[in-house]
Amino acid sequence: MQLAVLGGFAMASLAPLLHQWFGARTPRVMALLPAAIAVWLLGQWPVIAAGEVLLLEWAWVPGLDITLTFLIDGLSWLFALLITVIGALVLVYSGEYLRGHRDLPRFLVVITAFMMSMLGLVLADNLVTLFVFWELTSITSYLLIGFNHTDPAARKAALQGLFVTVGGGLALLAGFVMLAGAGDSWSLAELVQRGETLRGHALYTPLLLCVLVGAFTKSAQFPFHFWLPNAMAAPTPVSAYLHSATMVKAGIYLLARLHPALGGTELWVITLSLVGALTMATGAFLAIRHTNIKTLLAYSTVMALGTLTLLLGLGTPQALTAFVVFLLAHSLYKGALFMVAGILDHETGTKDVTAMGGLRRAMPRTAAVACVAALSLAGLPPLLGFVGKEAMLASVLAAEAWRPLILLLAFTAAFLTLAVAAIVALRPFFGAPRETPTSPHEAPSAMLAGPALLAALSLVFGLAPGLLDPLVAATLAGIGAPAAGVHLALWHGLNLPLALSLLSLALGLLTYRYWDRLRARLACLAPIMARGPEAGYEALMAGMVAVAGWQTRLLQNGHIRNYLAMTLLVLVGLVGHALFFRHTFTLDVDLDVYLHEAVVAGLMVAGAVAACVMRSRLAAVAALGTMGFSIALTFVLFSAPDLAITQLLVETLTVILLVLVLFRLPRFATLSTPLERLRDLAVAVLTGGLITLLMLSVLSGERLPRISDYMVANSQPLGHGHNIVNVILVDFRALDTLGEMFVLALAATGVYAMLRFHARDHAAARPAPPRESDDG
Amino acid sequence: MAKSGTLILNAAARLLLPLQLLFSLFLLLRGHDEPGGGFIAGLVAAAAFALYLFAFGRRPLSRMLAVSPRDLVAMGLLLGVGSTLPAWWVGEPFFTAQWWTIPIIDFKASTVLIFDIGVYLVVVGSVLTAITALVKTDQHEDER
Repeated sequence: MQLAVLGGFAMASLAPLLHQWFGARTPRVMALLPAAIAVWLLGQWPVIAAGEVLLLEWAWVPGLDITLTFLIDGLSWLFALLITVIGALVLVYSGEYLRGHRDLPRFLVVITAFMMSMLGLVLADNLVTLFVFWELTSITSYLLIGFNHTDPAARKAALQGLFVTVGGGLALLAGFVMLAGAGDSWSLAELVQRGETLRGHALYTPLLLCVLVGAFTKSAQFPFHFWLPNAMAAPTPVSAYLHSATMVKAGIYLLARLHPALGGTELWVITLSLVGALTMATGAFLAIRHTNIKTLLAYSTVMALGTLTLLLGLGTPQALTAFVVFLLAHSLYKGALFMVAGILDHETGTKDVTAMGGLRRAMPRTAAVACVAALSLAGLPPLLGFVGKEAMLASVLAAEAWRPLILLLAFTAAFLTLAVAAIVALRPFFGAPRETPTSPHEAPSAMLAGPALLAALSLVFGLAPGLLDPLVAATLAGIGAPAAGVHLALWHGLNLPLALSLLSLALGLLTYRYWDRLRARLACLAPIMARGPEAGYEALMAGMVAVAGWQTRLLQNGHIRNYLAMTLLVLVGLVGHALFFRHTFTLDVDLDVYLHEAVVAGLMVAGAVAACVMRSRLAAVAALGTMGFSIALTFVLFSAPDLAITQLLVETLTVILLVLVLFRLPRFATLSTPLERLRDLAVAVLTGGLITLLMLSVLSGERLPRISDYMVANSQPLGHGHNIVNVILVDFRALDTLGEMFVLALAATGVYAMLRFHARDHAAARPAPPRESDDG
Repeated sequence: MAKSGTLILNAAARLLLPLQLLFSLFLLLRGHDEPGGGFIAGLVAAAAFALYLFAFGRRPLSRMLAVSPRDLVAMGLLLGVGSTLPAWWVGEPFFTAQWWTIPIIDFKASTVLIFDIGVYLVVVGSVLTAITALVKTDQHEDER
């Protein structure tokens, strides 16, 4: 299985090559992989149905206890099956939708990579592995939303989706680290066994909140819901796949997976119920304000995700059963509806439902599929959506906390969703025909096969929900609910949920009837809507850019003296703090200085002072040279021949470089004011003084064991060398040296690039640039 | 900085270059036991080439070198990174030094020496890259 997922990534990278071989048939060829995985999963069904858990282990990073272990139980089996089946259908569909598109290979690369990331996410047992796949889905989603990268709106939406989900991902990572610490394991299979310990742990609240932020951003819960409708800038197959059936359900999956470990507490129940109910109502309400069919569907997805969160929050066996049914029902009908929306867009050239009408004559089969799927969305019998909605209403009626509020929100969402379903299915296909940008005709069968299959499944499972009993039972086992005695039925007799359904049907149809007028009325709410969470996101982004600009202007101002002053002051601050506050500063040295040492030191000082006050550049350079050679002399006096040689050679090369540079510099001029020079002097004195104090303090007592003793003792036995300096450089501290090598190489590249571009600029300014062919 | 060497400079550069290069190799190879090593040896070699550059100009130098200094940098980095890998081959942690004795000449060969040669090449390459780039822009200026 791991090989299948990794192989999928490999296949994704080969998509352009496959496209050269198979041309327009590539998507169908590539759909074979998810189809094969789906068949394999179906083959495992007897094991899963028996309630067993498959653990497929493969050590990935053994040193860090990270394994690529796949955990297949009812829950991940259901998700994996949805991902692979809908994935295969979407691939076939996209081959038609993007037929002849220049960037079809790129699309196939990213969507296959996404598919495998999503599969890895729901199958992963290790938290780190799960997180890696989680982030991979965010990145691939970013690439897919921004697929039409020439459109600024698509780029903006892609970035927004990325920032929101990756921001949540950071919180999730923190939550995972705490979770692993509290549960003393990185394995989900083990963590779900330790619910008692986790719920009683001191870190439970921060841990849960972090995980929830991660899940809520990914699954577009209020107040993070705004990125999902904007993500509709993606091509429609992407919307059908990522933004309704799979990726947005990743957060839901995570919550369901962690339900046995973290669920059931007051915090969990109240947060999830309220956020879920709010999301439901917000999504449904925002949906009816729009006329773009994809936006309508996107908001209704937000509503469905809220429902799923709410049901997980309630956590009763009844609610969890409703959760599973609703999850399956939503994936089936929403996938189908999005693909229908894509067909409409493809055939009519518009996405505005008010611009379409009477299309059932031109495309009867599409109309039939749309109607079946929309009936399921509306929650009408005899479709699976009805079973899901009834179960949802029944569990809300049994809610323990905040029942009236949650019921009100859920009921509002239910009737508004019904109106959305009516708008999506009735508006385009019935009524008087309208002129559309392109003349509509029936969709090709490759595009219709996917939605038709999904809609048919909605119908079959709706008529005979008993077929799903074993699947629901197996999934419930994964969520940690008692699985015995699950019986789904279409007809529960006359009861309160049914009465509520009838009432919502009436209200929903009324809403549909007066939709145009209602929309006009709601238009006056626009100024309030403009201050929603999205405005907060915009403000946050603008603020970040402003802070970045401010600190860049402050720190990266292009004056080397400012960089130097900043670096030195930070050094003084940190070293000074450590020297005077973290340790007790002692000064206890008896200096016995020989005359020749004093002379060398005096030379150094004289060189430094002279370099500062000289009025000629050549003299300043010579003064600096005096200082450098005095330092080399010091190394010789204190028997460090390697350092002395290095210092001498560096001085020599400095002279060479200066000779090369000297004639190219402008005339020596004083650019700084006396005040600035005074400031620079203060910085220099401060730094020099502090370092001197540090050295004296180090000498005045053996505070720490000397590291050089180890080097001296082990240079020959371990490093096989007598030259300790060299053994340190190339063996003991070789990693540091390797880093230095890269620094040196980068510096050389920088010098080369700067001078070369400088020269080219000069050359461009001249009429006939003499080209330099070789660059030795 | 065109080909403007004096007779004395030209003759000295021609004679000194092989000596300096030999000395730098000597420093490189003995560095593990006596003062020396890749860094110092690299500086010596770079200084030698710089002298040659001053005497004869950039084109003769690049003709003599036959490879671009930037390729030297790249080769040095490759050797540096490559010397970390043999440890994996024998199942020891990344970067553990490996020692072999070449039988007949009784020479201590090691990944450490390969690494030091990498340092040597990076130093020579970096310094020469900077110097030749400076000379090149000088020539642009001169032609102005």
